[in-house]
Formats: sequence, C-alpha cells, structure tokens
Amino acid sequence: MDSQVKNTAITGAEIVIRCLNEEKVKFVFGYPGGAVLHIYDEIYKQNGFKHILVRHEQAAVHAADAFSRATGEVGVALVTSGPGATNAVTGIATAYMDSIPIVVISGQVPVPAIGMDAFQEVDMVGITRPCVKHNFLVKDVKDIAATIKKAFYIAATGRPGPVVVDIPKDITAHLAEFIYPKTVEMRSYNPVLKGHSGQIKKAIKLLLEAKRPMIYTGGGLVLGDGAEELIKLAQTLNYPVTNTLMGLGGYPATDKQFVGMLGMHGTYEANMAMQNCDVLIAIGARFDDRVIGNPTHFLSQKRTIIHIDVDPSSISKRVKVDVPIVGHVKSVLLEMNEVLKAEDTKNDISKWWKQIDEWRGVKSLLYKNSDTVIKPQYVIEKLWEVTKGDAYVTSDVGQHQMWAAQYYKFDKPRRWINSGGLGTMGVGLPYAMGCQFADKNAQVACVTGEGSIQMNIQELSTCAQYGLPIKVILLNNRYLGMVRQWQEFFYENRYSESYMDSLPDFVKLAESYGHIGMQITNPSDVEGALKEAFAKKDKFVFMDFITDQDENVFPMIANGKGLSEMIMGKDNKHREELE
Amino acid sequence: MKHIISILIENEAGALSRVAGLFSARGYNIESLTVAATEDATMSRMTIVTSGSDEVIEQIIKQLNKLVDVVKVIDLNDGKFIERELMLVKVKATAQYREEMKRMCDIFRGRIIDVADGSFTIELTGSGSKLDAFIESLDNTAILETVRTGASGIGRGDRILKV
Ligand SMILES: Cc1ncc(C[n+]2csc(CCOP(=O)(O)OP(=O)(O)O)c2C)c(N)n1
Ligand SMILES: [Mg+2]
Repeated sequence: MDSQVKNTAITGAEIVIRCLNEEKVKFVFGYPGGAVLHIYDEIYKQNGFKHILVRHEQAAVHAADAFSRATGEVGVALVTSGPGATNAVTGIATAYMDSIPIVVISGQVPVPAIGMDAFQEVDMVGITRPCVKHNFLVKDVKDIAATIKKAFYIAATGRPGPVVVDIPKDITAHLAEFIYPKTVEMRSYNPVLKGHSGQIKKAIKLLLEAKRPMIYTGGGLVLGDGAEELIKLAQTLNYPVTNTLMGLGGYPATDKQFVGMLGMHGTYEANMAMQNCDVLIAIGARFDDRVIGNPTHFLSQKRTIIHIDVDPSSISKRVKVDVPIVGHVKSVLLEMNEVLKAEDTKNDISKWWKQIDEWRGVKSLLYKNSDTVIKPQYVIEKLWEVTKGDAYVTSDVGQHQMWAAQYYKFDKPRRWINSGGLGTMGVGLPYAMGCQFADKNAQVACVTGEGSIQMNIQELSTCAQYGLPIKVILLNNRYLGMVRQWQEFFYENRYSESYMDSLPDFVKLAESYGHIGMQITNPSDVEGALKEAFAKKDKFVFMDFITDQDENVFPMIANGKGLSEMIMGKDNKHREELE
Repeated sequence: MKHIISILIENEAGALSRVAGLFSARGYNIESLTVAATEDATMSRMTIVTSGSDEVIEQIIKQLNKLVDVVKVIDLNDGKFIERELMLVKVKATAQYREEMKRMCDIFRGRIIDVADGSFTIELTGSGSKLDAFIESLDNTAILETVRTGASGIGRGDRILKV
C-alpha cells in the first residue's frame, strides 16, 4: 500500500504493527502485560511477523540482539511497562556496549497516570538513557509512525545501537491515520559515511612504507560488513591480522596471515606483534582496556596509528591516533582497495614475518590433554571439527567464553556471538535462540558454564515451544571459573563464593522440557557425543561436559599490565624464559 | 583549563537530562549550565562551562555531538568570544553599609534594583571572574544572598553558531 495515501483512522496499536510490517520485521521477541495488551491484541490478528514468546524479558532483548548480530538486520523486542521494562534493561545495556541495532518497544502507563506512581509505572526513558543510543516517549498517537521510523533509522545507521520507544497504553487505543514516512530527515543526526580521501591516501602511504605493519580489527568491522574488503586489503599487502574478541570472524582464522585474537587472553604472537609493530591500522576497534591492557605501557613503544571508525568519539579516546579516518568501515576499505590498485604494493616485510613466526613458535595456546579428565579446550577443538568450523557459536561469560574464542577458528563474520562489552552472564541461550531464528537450518552451539546457563535457564521452555535444535555445550567445571581463576592468581586461592554447589541434574532438567540430555565425563567420549548430538538435526541437545575443575585460561595479561607481559600456562615450555 | 561550550539542541522533553546525564556518567565536570529556547522555538541554546585537559575537552565535544538531539556544538575557546553572566546580590544596607555598597556598585557598574530598609539588591553582569571579584571585594558579613545564572557565551564578530 502506498504509505503516503490517507487511510481511515486506526488505533495506535495497529499503527505499531503496521510500522513493524513496513520495516519488514520478521520476528518480534516479547512478553505481554497490561500496558501492551492493545498491541498484543493486534498481534493476534496479524501475520506479518512472527511473535516469539520468551520466558523472561531479558531473554527477549538478548534474542533480538543476537538475531541482529547474525543477520545484520534490526532486532525487535516488545515488553510491558514496569517490571517488563526493567527486566529488559540488562539486554539493552548489553546491546549498547556492543553497538547492536535493536528497537525495544515498551509499554507505559496511560499518559494521565505518568508521574502518579501508577501501577507498573517506571520511568523507562530515564532508566535507559545512559544505555541506549536514543530513546523516545510517544505522547500522541499521531507521532507513533514517525517515531518508529526514526527509531529503526537511528538504530541501524552510524555507530549502531539500541533505541527504546516507550508507548503509553492510552496512546495505543487512540485513533489516527497511518502515514509511514518514506525517509527520515533530522538536522541533529547525520552520521558521516565516507572517509576523507586525503586521510585515506595518507594511510595507504604509511602502510606501504611500514617495516612492521599490523592490522587490528574489532566488532565494528563485523557490524559494518567490512570482512570481504578487509580480506582484499590484507591479502594484497600480505600483512598480519589480529581480531579482538568482538571482531572474530572478521578475518578467516584458518588463514596463514591470521595471528589469533589479541588482548587479555590473546595469543602470544598477536600481543607481541601489536606491541612491536611500527604502523598499526585499527579498523572498527577501540583500544579498550581488555585489548591493549595498560595504555601507558602500550604507548611506551613508538608506532604510527591509523584508525578507521564510524564513531569519531572512539578515535583518540584511550590512545592518541596519528591518522584518524571517520567513516563507515566498508566504504573506507573499498576506497583503500581502490587506491591500492594504482600503487606498487610490493613491500618486503619478510623479516617481520620471520619474527612473528618465532613468536608463533611459543605455541601459547598449547595445553596438555588428558585421558582421564575432559579438558575444556579439547571440547572446543572437537566442536570445531564436528561442526566443520561452520556453526554459529554463542557463549556466555567466563572461562568457557575465552576458550571458545581461542579454540574455535571462526572463518566467517557474524558467527561468533557473545557479550564482549558488558560481559553479561546469561546471554548464551537466548543468543542461540536469536541465531536459530535467523538461520533455521544452521548448526547453533551455545558454549556455556554451569553458572551462566542458570541465569536464563528458563529459556529451555521457549526452545521447546519453537522446536529450536540448538546444541548446548556446557563446560561444567563446578566453579564460577573465571572468578576462581582471578582468586587463584590475585587472592591467594581464597575461593570466596565462586563454587557452584547444588547443581541440577542437567540431563533430567533438559529431559523435563522434552529435550535430549547427555552427560559426558570421559575424554574419549567427547568426539562421539558431539557427532551424535549434531547428527540430531531437529533436536535440542543439552550436553553436560564434566570438565577439569582447575583449568585456567592462558595466556593472560593481569589488570594494569602491558601487552608483552603475558602469563603463560604451566604446560607451556617457554613459561619460565618468558617470565 | 576552563572551556565554554555552546550547544544547539532540539527543544525536546528530556534533552537537558541527556546532556547532564552525559557529563555525570562520563565523569566530566560542569561549573555551570544555562539553557533557553532560541529565536527558533524548536531549538535551545545551551552554554556549559567545564574544565579539563585538551583530550578531555575533545572527548566532551565528540560525546555531545553523538547525542542524537544535539544539532551543533562548538568550543568557544577555539576563537574569540564574549562571556556574560548575570548575578543578583542582596546585601546589608543599614546605615553603616549604605554608602559603601553604593560605591562598590558604581565601581563594578552594577545597578541597585531593589531598595529596602536594611538591604539593597544589586544586579551585576559581566564575566564570571568579574562577578567573583565583586563578591570578594564586599565585606563577607554584608552579603545576605547571591544568585548567579551561570555564563552565557557567544562568538565575536563573524563567529556564528546557527543551523
Ligand atoms: C550477570 C553477571 N554477573 C556476574 C558476572 C561476573 N562473572 C564473570 S565470569 C563469572 C563466572 C562464570 O561462571 P561459569 O558460567 O560457570 O563459567 P566458567 O568461568 O566457569 O567457564 C562471573 C560470576 C558477570 N559477568 N555477569
Ligand atoms: Mg563454571
């Protein structure tokens, strides 16, 4: 229907639905309640999108967030006022920290009740202000359509992020014509897309003259769909590439130019190359504390830094940059590759590669396997093999997250889905749901810990309702492992409240929801069990791997230390000489 | 160093709290903040006096620009500008103080805008430092009450902040 043509008046609730249809929304993750009943009544009558009934609003937002991470589309969640809205906040903050475009529609008490401490009233716009890209309170039915249009536009453009639209109940009952704007014009919001050509040329010149170049990319490259152009750039130049935790899959992990993830639990070669390079190009990455450790230590080594980012405020925030390029990563990389065509790209850096290969020789991810107890790293290696490196892997937060990042070799962007910025335990299962809805035939693995999984375990029910064939890979160490690791290193083994007691029987728990449960205790069963589980293409399988309780994540850079000050695992033969 | 930042912002409910919230969330300090609608009622003009290293000021400007409601931001200290603040001071004006207060008011080019039995109210405009100087030069025990608007700023000559 031509959206400019005047129709007869419809309710605000119906307008909401029509807007979502105009935006071609496929899934709305939500949970009903008083303030959104008019909207739910319209959902009942429509079939433009599918509503997914979660079991907790936090999971609705996480699932919408993961749907977006997997597809690049804007994710949508719908929650009621008051407790529905506050339950959504963790999800919103998680998306905000990782710059994920989602639109969260929350119900609000009727306009005349606002400010009266009404039943289920909470100042949603106030609560979410510090953790959204923008938010709106709609106070007139005539504003609903234009506001939702703006919400989708703001969420998806520039540096993406969550947008909340808070709609009072009475507004959803009022009548108005439905007119959906075709475009958005905002004098206050005009994100820069194209990079400055002069800066781009300068960057190319620096890169071609580098003796020890390094390419460092983050979540921004993945979100900006720049992977293809990055591969072109890196391979034309034959320069080493590292990815941040959020950037994994931005460059194929199995390629010889990839030196692994960098940062707190990054590889020896990635961190050493990052520290010792002479020209660094950062692409959609933000030099955060988990990546470069101590900025003073990082800056003690001289290097020239080029930084491409769509958000000017990310540039020179923690580390002063020499050549800033503000623009959309894909468009900037396209232009760089264009410029490179006319250049002589032969720059002999074989000495630098030789140095990097020496660092690689340290084998910082080497661990000693066991035939009596399951090593968590081994499970991830086998997971990679069994899924042929092609699964969507979601994780929760903790040691298992780091092992998944270190040992699953991601060759494609948008396959590694985790909460990097906020570090939210509990995202794993709802993230897996979002991925499975995004790609119903894909293999989806949720790598989790027994602590994290219990933070959104109720979603086993949602998975049953929608028949999601997710595979949960629980690395069950009976500890809040990452907390225990810090206590072992920095608090003289005082394991204060980091033990996980009274765990459920996960097999029975899974079965009680109608899923398949498996417990694996023997290293020799790991591969077979994974094969068996992934062969059940239409079944949800919960795999409880009883893993080595004392395993730690290595390498590790302690808080406040520099990139070259890594602690190595006890099985690493270079441990002593490095320390 | 002290900086005066001028902001054009959509005149929307909650816009002020977005700016104030940004400053508190990121630990930037605000010495003063003034805001009112401009000749275009859909837009407000805000003046914020803050201080910080060059890096911090650069971040403040970038973060302000990132707010979706913010239309334009400038750091007035990047060029020539005029700063003005209004202060109202109620002072004791009993026989012992009366002449002295009139004299001080003249020296600082203030105006007495309310006269009562035992007090004057003096209106004074100028830069923040001029207002500070006035307060300092008064006998502290004679000051009954002060109220200041916080600084407003505008660029000199051709420096114009407009959409
Ligand atoms: C919601 C939330 N609460 C607390 C933390 C702090 N935290 C980080 S890792 C971790 C332990 C996670 O334990 P588990 O899920 O069993 O994973 P493991 O480290 O054992 O692999 C905790 C408590 C967090 N990241 N998120
Ligand atoms: Mg654990």
